This record gives sequence, C-alpha cells and structure tokens, in this order.
Amino acid sequence: MLKLSRYVLYDILRSKIVIAYTIFLFVVSLSMFQMEDNSSKAMLSLLNIVLIVLPLVSLVFTTIHYYNSYEFIELMSSQPMSRTRILLSEYAGVAISLLSAFFIGVGIPVLLFAPNEIGFALLFSGVSLTLVFTSIAFYAAVVARDKARGIGFALLLWFYFALIYDSLVLLILFSFSDYPLEKITLLLSALNPIDLGRIFIMLKMDISALMGYTGALYKDFFGSGTGILFTTGIMLLWIILPLWLAVRKFRKKDL
Amino acid sequence: MKCLISIVLFFALNTSFASTIIVGKDKVITSLKQAIKIAKTGDTILLNAGTYKEGNIIVDKSIHLIGVNTPILDGESKNEILTLTGKNIFISGIHFANAGYSSMNDFAGLKIIDATNILIEKNIFSNTSFAIHIANSMHCTIRNNSIKGTNKSEHSSGNGIHLWKCSRMLIENNMLQGHRDGIYLEFVSHSTIRKNWSEKNIRYGLHFMFSSDNSYLSNTFRNNGAGVAVMYSKKVIMLNNHFEQNWGASAYGILLKDITDSRIQYNTFFKNTIAIHMEGSSRIQIEKNIFKENGWGIKVQSSCDENNFRFNNFYGNSFDLATNGSMMLNYFSSNYWDKYEGYDINKDGTGDIPYHPVSMYSMIVEQNPHALLLMRSFTISLLDKAEKAIPGLTPANLVDNQPMMKPNKL
Repeated sequence: MLKLSRYVLYDILRSKIVIAYTIFLFVVSLSMFQMEDNSSKAMLSLLNIVLIVLPLVSLVFTTIHYYNSYEFIELMSSQPMSRTRILLSEYAGVAISLLSAFFIGVGIPVLLFAPNEIGFALLFSGVSLTLVFTSIAFYAAVVARDKARGIGFALLLWFYFALIYDSLVLLILFSFSDYPLEKITLLLSALNPIDLGRIFIMLKMDISALMGYTGALYKDFFGSGTGILFTTGIMLLWIILPLWLAVRKFRKKDL
Repeated sequence: MKCLISIVLFFALNTSFASTIIVGKDKVITSLKQAIKIAKTGDTILLNAGTYKEGNIIVDKSIHLIGVNTPILDGESKNEILTLTGKNIFISGIHFANAGYSSMNDFAGLKIIDATNILIEKNIFSNTSFAIHIANSMHCTIRNNSIKGTNKSEHSSGNGIHLWKCSRMLIENNMLQGHRDGIYLEFVSHSTIRKNWSEKNIRYGLHFMFSSDNSYLSNTFRNNGAGVAVMYSKKVIMLNNHFEQNWGASAYGILLKDITDSRIQYNTFFKNTIAIHMEGSSRIQIEKNIFKENGWGIKVQSSCDENNFRFNNFYGNSFDLATNGSMMLNYFSSNYWDKYEGYDINKDGTGDIPYHPVSMYSMIVEQNPHALLLMRSFTISLLDKAEKAIPGLTPANLVDNQPMMKPNKL
C-alpha cells in the first residue's frame, strides 16, 4: 500500500501542478504578511484562502487526478490487490501531496510570522478541510463515470458548501427568528465542514465579539473541551464517511 | 494641590499644641477606643502592629490615626469597623479586615459621614463588604489604598469606594478588586478620579449616576463583569483611561446613558465585547481614542445626536460600528479604519472615497443575534460588498467623508 502511495506521489509531483499550487500559497501568504503591518489582518486574508481556495483546489485537483490516472487504476486492479487498498493508496498519495503543499505554502509563513493560537487554529482547519474535500472529491469521482460530469459534480459541491449553504442558514435564521435557535444553529454548523473550520478559527479571532449575548453560548460550547472534541469528531466523520462511501462504490464498480 | 495645601495647613496648625498617643499591646493604652476617648483635637494616635477587635470604632474629632507596621482592625464579620465624622481627620497605614455584612445597613470598612477635609492614605482593605463608604462629605482625598473584596454575588457584596452626595473629592492611585462596583458615585460633583486600577469586580469597574462635572483620568478598568457604566450626567471628562478585556453578554468598555456635553479622549479600548455603547447621549467629543480588537468598536443607538467622532483609530475590531436604526445625527470625520479600502490620489492623507463604517452584516446581527455564527463567511462578505456598492439597509448618512489612510498619531 505504501509502495503504491509512493508511485502516486511521484506521479503527482511530475505533473508540477502541486508544485505550482505550493508556490502560489507560499507567495500569497508571504506577501500578505509583508503587506499588512499587523499580522491579524493578514490572518484574515489567509482565512479566506483556507476557507475558499483550499476546498476548491482539493476538490478539482483530486477529481482531475482520479480521471487522469484511471488507466493506472485499471492496471492495478488487474494485479492481485484488493480494490480497497488501491483506492486508499490513491487517497493517501493525493492527500499527502496536498497537505505538504499546504504546510510549505501556508504553514511555514504562519509559523514564522504568527505562531499564536489563531495561527494554529488556521493550520488545524486547513489540514482538516484539505482531507475532507479530498475525500469528498474521491466520492464524486467514483460516482460519476465521465470526467466532465465528475468535475462538474465536484464544483457544484464546492459551490454548495462555500456559498449556498451559508445563505440557506441565513434564510433559516431569519424565517425562524421567533424560535429558540441555539441548538439548531449548532447542528447546522456541523453539517458543513467549511463552517466548522471557520467557527474554529473565529473562536480565536473574534473572541471579544463572541462573548456577547448569543455568542457566549457558542463560545462556551465550541471553546470547551467537549466542543473541541466535537469539532475534531465531526471533521473526522467528514473525512471518513465520503471515503468509505467511495470505497464501497469502487469495490462493486465495473471499471 | 487642594489637598496638599489642606494637609500642610493642618500640620502647621497642629504641631504647636498636639500630643502623641501610642496604642499597642505592650503599651499603657491597649485599646484604640480608649485612645480616641482621651485624644484632643489635633492629637496623633500611633497604632502599633497587632490585631484589634473592638467592634465599631467612631472618630468624631480632628485627629491623625497612623498605623505603625500595618496594624489590623478586625470587624469579625459582624461590625462596621471605623466610622468618621467631622473635619480634618487623617487615617493612614491601617489594615481593615472582615467588615460585617447586613442587608439593612451598608456596613463598611471605613465609613465617612458628614465630613470635610479627610485624608485616607496607604490603607489595606480586605473582605470588607463596602471598603470605603463616603456620604455627604467634601474635600476628601482617598489615595494609595489597596482594596480587595471576596467576589461574592452582586447583592451580597458592596462597592470598593462608594461616594454619595459628595463634592470636591480626589480619588487617586487606588487598587480595587473583587467588589460589586470598583468605584461608585452618585450625586458627586467637581471631583477627580485618577490613576486607579479597578479589576475583577462583579459588576462595573466604575459606575456613576447623576454625577456631573467630574474628571476621570488615567485609570485602568480591566476584566470587570460589565466594564464601566456612566449614566445621567453632564460635563464628564474621561481622558487617558484604559478599558481592557471587559467580556460578557452585557459588558461594555463604557456604557453611556444620557450623558451630555462630555469629552472622551485619548482612551484605549482593548478586547472589550463592546468598547463604547451610547444611548440617549448628546454633544460628546469622542476623539483620539484607540479601539483595538474589540467585538464592537462603538454601538451608537439612534437616540444619540450631535456627537463628534474624530481622529480615532480602529484596528482589528470584529465590527467597527453598529447602530439600531436608519437615523443618524452624529458626525464622523478623520478616523482611521483598518477596514477602509479606498485610495488617495491627491496624497493629502485622507481617502478620496467616503467610508461607511456600518456594514450590512452588523445590521443583520443587530436584528438577529444568531447570525453571529456566520461571521467571516464568504457569503457574508459578498453581502457586505453588495451593500457597499448599493446601500439599502445601512444608514446612508452614517459616513466618514475623510477617512485617514494612515493611523492618526496620538
């Protein structure tokens, strides 16, 4: 399995897209820290990158990679190897390459310029979101047969999680503003990994505002030990569930 | 200066005929009550180290009571400790401990009633329900005291320094902790409160009502239950104060309610939930303050008018400004907003396009507090951008026409 992952990694590195992605992240993060005189404003811009760009790149890159290495996967399937192992090695290869890009591109500048609570929260969210969206992309790619449809599906998912979902939440908050919504909003936030990552960072960044009336409730929940366990648990669920579905589908699929 | 003259005067007047009475466990006079009884006007009582449990001690003549090596006056949790009345009294170097608590009387460590020219200096107060309680007095100086309460509930503890119906007071360099309100003033005028440090109080660090013509200079208010509340007063001057980490559901750096003709300048607001909350206030000059990393920089209710917000610096606040309606009769100019994205072609240091400090999202949060959970979301920033292009919800005349490109030098 490790051997296969290594081949996948070599293959990805040869295509140079990941290297370009790394350089892009590195240059953007570095220039943000250089441009802004206080690091908190740079963190704000990085937050947008982590919440928007990271999921998008993870989704699109993973789906494209899956379709490009389709022949390789077919070849591997003809070998005496279980399909679960093939898909998981593919996942490991892609995830490791994207994670290392994130670590070099964003991790190093953050550790250099803002090695504080906010910085670590940002890195945690970045790592989780990369893993989650790689896993979701695998599911999308396995489900859709042709490339265009697969990428379309992945983009649609990104659109849903990054944009539509929050508008829906806002709509719900306003339509049901007469009801106690505390529990519901907690539940709603768990249903979107981007929101979960954002709240995790926000807890460190906007702590003062969150101590206000309703905010204090979320702060008490997410800021406590159980809250951190909850966030990590839900994130893990978001990583494992799509991957498990993808593996299940892939095992029975007629390649 | 006033107090200095008065102190000098009373030393000069007294030295000629005053005698000194020494109280101590191994001295002739062992009880403070006895010493006060035999003391004449202008005498000095030196209280040696030791613990004195004498119930409520009353001083009603002009004497100096000086503690040597901080003797302890213990109220045994059932009495008021020292009660002063009269004029020209000087108390220094005494540790007041364990005053009683009663829901009928305001028991205090040190109570001053109907007095003038009192100087309270370098004392320690611990576990006193009210530490210093002053009523109907003039020309008193309270300085360099260390006051520490026990952080009980709001109704079972008293205020650190409590002033009622006083004028020309000076409260300086005190350290206040763990009381209900750090400093409380009601019907107090022409007084100065400066260089105090008030923290971890259950309710407000500083609380005043109906107290006009006072100055608050260089104080620090930190981590109090609800910050500082200023109500129903005129001509208040607040300069160089620090408001830090006042966090909570209804915690404010300063809460201004019905305040008029006042000045709030050169203050620093750092990490408060709401730095300034204003309601029904008029003609206040809010200038040259620093607002840093607060939840809300300023919340101006529509009931405020003719306030001037100039030369302030806003950095890293979650919301710079919020309001609750579309009416805005206040004036904003030459502030530095770190969220400003305009340009400055003619290089005069002020941005060429006006800045609207109230964002769409802050209006949304004002109407629906649960929306706070969507902070920093991409959808929200899109909404904000759309609102900036075509203002619909945010008050159109709430605008800074000359936003600074660089922070104001303060």
